[in-house]
Amino acid sequence: MTATLTLRDDLGSIGARTGFTRNNYKITPGLYCLGDAGKNSPVLVTANYKLSFDALRKELMGQNLWILVVDTRGINVWCAAGKGTFSAEEIAYQVQRAQLDQIVSHRELLLPQLSANGVAAHELKKLCGFRGRFGPILAADIPEFLRTGETSETMRTVTFSLRERAVLVPLEVCMTLKHLFVAAVVFFVLSGISPDFFSLGLALNRGTVLLLATLMAIFAGAAATPLLLPWLPFRQFWLKGAVVGAIAALLLFAGLPLTSSIEKIAIFLWVSGSSAFLAMNFTGSTPFTSLSGVAKEMRPGLAFQISSTVLAILFWVAGPFM
Amino acid sequence: MQGFRYLDDTAILRLSVEKCIGCGNCLLVCPHRIFQVQDGKAEIVDRNACMECGACAKNCPTAAIYVNPDDGCGCAAYIINSWITKIRGKAASGCSC
Repeated sequence: MTATLTLRDDLGSIGARTGFTRNNYKITPGLYCLGDAGKNSPVLVTANYKLSFDALRKELMGQNLWILVVDTRGINVWCAAGKGTFSAEEIAYQVQRAQLDQIVSHRELLLPQLSANGVAAHELKKLCGFRGRFGPILAADIPEFLRTGETSETMRTVTFSLRERAVLVPLEVCMTLKHLFVAAVVFFVLSGISPDFFSLGLALNRGTVLLLATLMAIFAGAAATPLLLPWLPFRQFWLKGAVVGAIAALLLFAGLPLTSSIEKIAIFLWVSGSSAFLAMNFTGSTPFTSLSGVAKEMRPGLAFQISSTVLAILFWVAGPFM
Repeated sequence: MQGFRYLDDTAILRLSVEKCIGCGNCLLVCPHRIFQVQDGKAEIVDRNACMECGACAKNCPTAAIYVNPDDGCGCAAYIINSWITKIRGKAASGCSC
């Protein structure tokens, strides 16, 4: 293998980042040799999600080392560790399968720090004879870690920069767009209900308005909220999303041909409620939200989302009758 | 992690000072740097930064640390799916992370 990524790797990354190929973006588990690795070369352990593997090898240009890829079913290091697939048992299994003890003369495995929630490093030695040692969080810090043998406080601290949030946005948006076709059908049916039972004209006009409002809600909750995250008020994600959604709805009123105030209320409730829901779902993509915290914010969050959606539907359907 | 704080007084994290041998594993693996070791014992210095990832508990050789054991990744989709599972009594698909 090489440390250079080809066009095909880059295209694959786009596929995974947008969700098209994400659930089956794997490489074969086992031992990989980079450069001219020998008996004394270090052994790095990683997951078999191809994005993880590519992120690792592209930082290792010019290095001679071994990469032991464990089977995490195509899931990244941190999530796989959380789910128990990136574990001491799995690492020990791959060490034995690759007969690593005959390939290298040392007895040390370098583990990604973010595998620590799944790997008990002190158990590795008992299981396979190799000692586990945690390296830095980011692959980019590995060359320095290999050079100095140490990790700094910064290397051990997880970050969530604008850039790190931005790469998550395409997936957040694409996962939502998948459901949009079904939603659009529902929008047109709801929008066409009129005093004369059903009006195709109303369905098309009002349905389009509702669809545009929904696209705005997706932009607010799945793109703007993640990007603006640290600067938005409140700590609960659904509240952050509701605020951005409310602003988005007000902006929409400037551009949409909405005349009746009942329709405006419906759109306002729908956009802020949907944005709040999408923002709440983003908790799963961040590196700082606790499960207890998410469970806590979901009670008021879901209550708000469900009630605003129900009211939005009632007001929207009532529009042509007023 | 400046600029990112989640809900205060929510995360479930307990450290037993009696069991702690001061090895410093928790300090090493915590991605939010919430531990420090002083006088041969670990202590929690920034409890509210805990995201319940469980790395400290997993790597504690004396099981001195307890973290909310529910698996999952602090993810709303996962929680909704587990509620649906309870109601329907069928296995959930889980979140896709």
